[in-house]
Amino acid sequence: MTKISLTVNGKSVSAEVEPRTLLVQFLREKLLLTGTHVGCDTSQCGACVVHVDGSAVKSCTMLAVQADGARVTTIEGIAQGGVLHPMQEAFREHHGLQCGFCTPGMIMSALDMVNRLGPILDESAIRENLDGNLCRCTGYHNIVKAIAAGAAAMGANPTRAAAE
Amino acid sequence: MNASVVTPIGAPVRRKEDHRFITGKGRYTDDLSRPGQAHAYFLRSPYAHARIRAIDTSAAIDMPGVVAVLTGKDLAQDGLGGLICGWMIHSKDGSPMNAGAHPALALDTVRYVGDHVAVIIAETLNAAKDAAAAVVVDYEILPAVADLAQAQAEGGPVIHDVAPRNTVFEWELGDKAGTEAAFARAAHVTAIDIVNNRLAPNPMEPRAAIGDYDAGDDAFTLWTTSQNPHVARLVLSAFVGLAPENKLRVIAPDVGGGFGSKIFIYAEETVCAWASKRVGRPVKWTCERGEAFLCDAHGRDHITRGELALDGEGRILGFRVKTTANMGAYLSTFSSCVPTYLYATLLSGQYAIPAIYCEVDAVYTNTAPVDAYRGAGRPEATFLVERIIDKAARELGMDPAEMRRRNFVTAFPHQTPVIMCYDAGDYGASLDKALALADYTGFPARKAEAERRGRLRGIGLSAYIEACGIAPSAAVGSLGAGVGLWESAEVRVNPTGNVEVLTGSHSHGQGHETTFAQLVSARLGIPIDQVSVVHGDTDKVQFGMGTYGSRSGAVGMSAIVKALDKVEAKAKKIAAHVLEASEGDIEFKDGRFTVAGTDRGLAFAEVALNAYVAHKFPTSEIEPGLKEGAFYDPSNFTFPAGCHVCELEVDPETGVTQIVNWVAVDDFGTVINPMIVEGQVHGGIAQGVGQALMERVAYDNDGQLVTGSYMDYQMPRAEDLPSFTLGLTETRCPSNPLGMKGCGEAGAIAAPPAVINALTDALGTQDISMPATPAKLWAVAQARVTRRAAE
Ligand code: FES
Ligand code: FES
Repeated sequence: MTKISLTVNGKSVSAEVEPRTLLVQFLREKLLLTGTHVGCDTSQCGACVVHVDGSAVKSCTMLAVQADGARVTTIEGIAQGGVLHPMQEAFREHHGLQCGFCTPGMIMSALDMVNRLGPILDESAIRENLDGNLCRCTGYHNIVKAIAAGAAAMGANPTRAAAE
Repeated sequence: MNASVVTPIGAPVRRKEDHRFITGKGRYTDDLSRPGQAHAYFLRSPYAHARIRAIDTSAAIDMPGVVAVLTGKDLAQDGLGGLICGWMIHSKDGSPMNAGAHPALALDTVRYVGDHVAVIIAETLNAAKDAAAAVVVDYEILPAVADLAQAQAEGGPVIHDVAPRNTVFEWELGDKAGTEAAFARAAHVTAIDIVNNRLAPNPMEPRAAIGDYDAGDDAFTLWTTSQNPHVARLVLSAFVGLAPENKLRVIAPDVGGGFGSKIFIYAEETVCAWASKRVGRPVKWTCERGEAFLCDAHGRDHITRGELALDGEGRILGFRVKTTANMGAYLSTFSSCVPTYLYATLLSGQYAIPAIYCEVDAVYTNTAPVDAYRGAGRPEATFLVERIIDKAARELGMDPAEMRRRNFVTAFPHQTPVIMCYDAGDYGASLDKALALADYTGFPARKAEAERRGRLRGIGLSAYIEACGIAPSAAVGSLGAGVGLWESAEVRVNPTGNVEVLTGSHSHGQGHETTFAQLVSARLGIPIDQVSVVHGDTDKVQFGMGTYGSRSGAVGMSAIVKALDKVEAKAKKIAAHVLEASEGDIEFKDGRFTVAGTDRGLAFAEVALNAYVAHKFPTSEIEPGLKEGAFYDPSNFTFPAGCHVCELEVDPETGVTQIVNWVAVDDFGTVINPMIVEGQVHGGIAQGVGQALMERVAYDNDGQLVTGSYMDYQMPRAEDLPSFTLGLTETRCPSNPLGMKGCGEAGAIAAPPAVINALTDALGTQDISMPATPAKLWAVAQARVTRRAAE
């Protein structure tokens, strides 16, 4: 067992973990933050995307011990004071989800996209940058619309956009 | 649209369920834990076909954290039966299908890679996995057959003794003599050979189960990723013999997509439930994606030869089809109806075909079971029909659109030669609208422009039809179904006027919590946030048949309408007493009961309160309370239909296809929520494009799965798809009260032939198989260059 200390959604956490524990297992099983999902075992689907120190990471591909000392944000941590993040709003408004299983990873990837590329995102940039996220339900059409709209809303209201 | 308003039918109401999903508060089975739970890991066969001589579990049992190691012997010792196939098919000669036994844990033989050999239950998943490596299985490897084309060979490996030549059934439908006669007088015959590629359904949420036995009540609870929890309970109770129905509660909480693969009753949930009693603790299992590729029922996998008899003007005279369908190693829950009654009954397409004859051989192979996957039989039929008519048009030098138009069914009802009676439709209207939206007439100019850029551009049509709203119970019963396919609903009005709707349908992405509530809101005139939809729990909803085959609107919502009719009728009686008017004078509109011709009236909530207070009506005549249930059995299938147009470009240097435009015009009858319907179409098209361009489950000759992860099995990603242009036409379905037809499978059915027809157009050859990968298309494009140079 190894002791780790990190910040998750703004709260500091310490725990003893088996060294082989993946970050996603730690989040889901130890912290009961079950919004981060596991959709594959080969780092392909992106259902597990969280932010580690401000960047998107597939939490199935990182050991919990590697997150020692890091700042982790999950889907549970982006709404503030009960107010949805503009990207969450956009997914709802544009029907960017059906079964919802890919959605947390999609939203976290979308936020990372805005962080990297800015709030004005065209369709081809969004599609290209969604390369690491699979959705089996939506055909991506409405996810693309939602991300464009969410990004624009973040650009228009930078204070509400800050998630971490 | 705001949640606190009445939501009319036809409004794009935003989804009520979204809030929990976008905030990470969804409750999928793997998100749940039971106090004291242990974890299950399945030891699976590494061989496609082998006899199990012995299983030595002693070392594994001694490993740290191990609770139990159980095998098929333990299951048999407890008297549990095997898994079943719920649809009996008879062969041409009248004999019943040859169904081999399907134990949840193998007894003496394993029949595909991934077959269940033992379950290891431990304190943690890691401990269970570690112990699995210590189970010693003595296998005698047997010859295997994984290739469908080889499976019926004389003298080959026999997978089940009951099925000589691995043949489950040899089935036929239609008029053989009439079809022969049509061919005898044909001016032209078009023939086509098709492989409908095997697919892995891949809902993003892997399957999962938690079994929890309560010794105090001698009762089981099973949380499972099911599209039809009541059917799961029925099968586990009546056939597997786990527990009587009143001692078994099945809960399917949030389910992350199904596409058919979560209809079936699998070994893993059966074992988790059973084992929880054996070990006296809740037992949890979550499928890994690699296991899902091995064990979730696959879809499609047909080899087909089709022949079309035509007269001199391109009118279809007859259609002859011979299909071999892969069932895999065992018959999964509904597998036998997929290549038969869900397939051959749709071979008339949108066309008036006087004679059809279809033969289907269903065949065992040493591969994972094959069962319904989005569309189930109907995509296979549509692919064949839409490919052969396109090929015929090109052989006859006719425009493919004109060829279709010439053969459309135009008068309704239309009885096809393959059971179905189409009740309503306007196929010309959807074709016209699709061609207009796709600027069909402008295509030659676009093709020429693409050619100047070195790209091969093609356009392809697909005029699909499907049979949804599954299904009239007596009709399916006469065809071999073991169950009726009605749906149930209960509308519970609370004293304060808000409503719970209990439905036997199950939502795993379809948005029932919204559309069903929208329907109730519109009907009762109460805001949508005062309506809650309850589903997916056999302790809450009495019974239901679940969600598949685009049945939840046409069948599930029809049941709700029936229950609402009863609620309204009773509420009118109560309102009459409270308002001291005669019942016949009470009108109900916009959420108010009024006395006709007066301004006296009561809001819906006031009548609800009166129903429970029960002071103002004689309870000897009218029972207190306001709660009504209904069972709705459809009188016919529904027939959604439409036309999709795919326009694409192939880069001859790389073989890469880019879809540049997609038009879908669909007739779903009445649409309750167009936003949700459009989403269903988008997702369906994506799956259909996946089948056409990239997806294929492959086994090698030894029956090893070659495509066992997302590294080898290509799923459509955002960059592989365009945005879609959608249009609707509407003919009401005459057989249900709302006029709905169903929309869940349309895209997956329509898309594959649209893509392949466009590719054949682009590349000038009919010889393009699915999936049309860049490697294949590159070879075709290069051959074309060589051919042209030679000319
Ligand atoms: S779970 Fe699929 S990429 Fe992490
Ligand atoms: S919404 Fe179901 S996988 Fe994306």
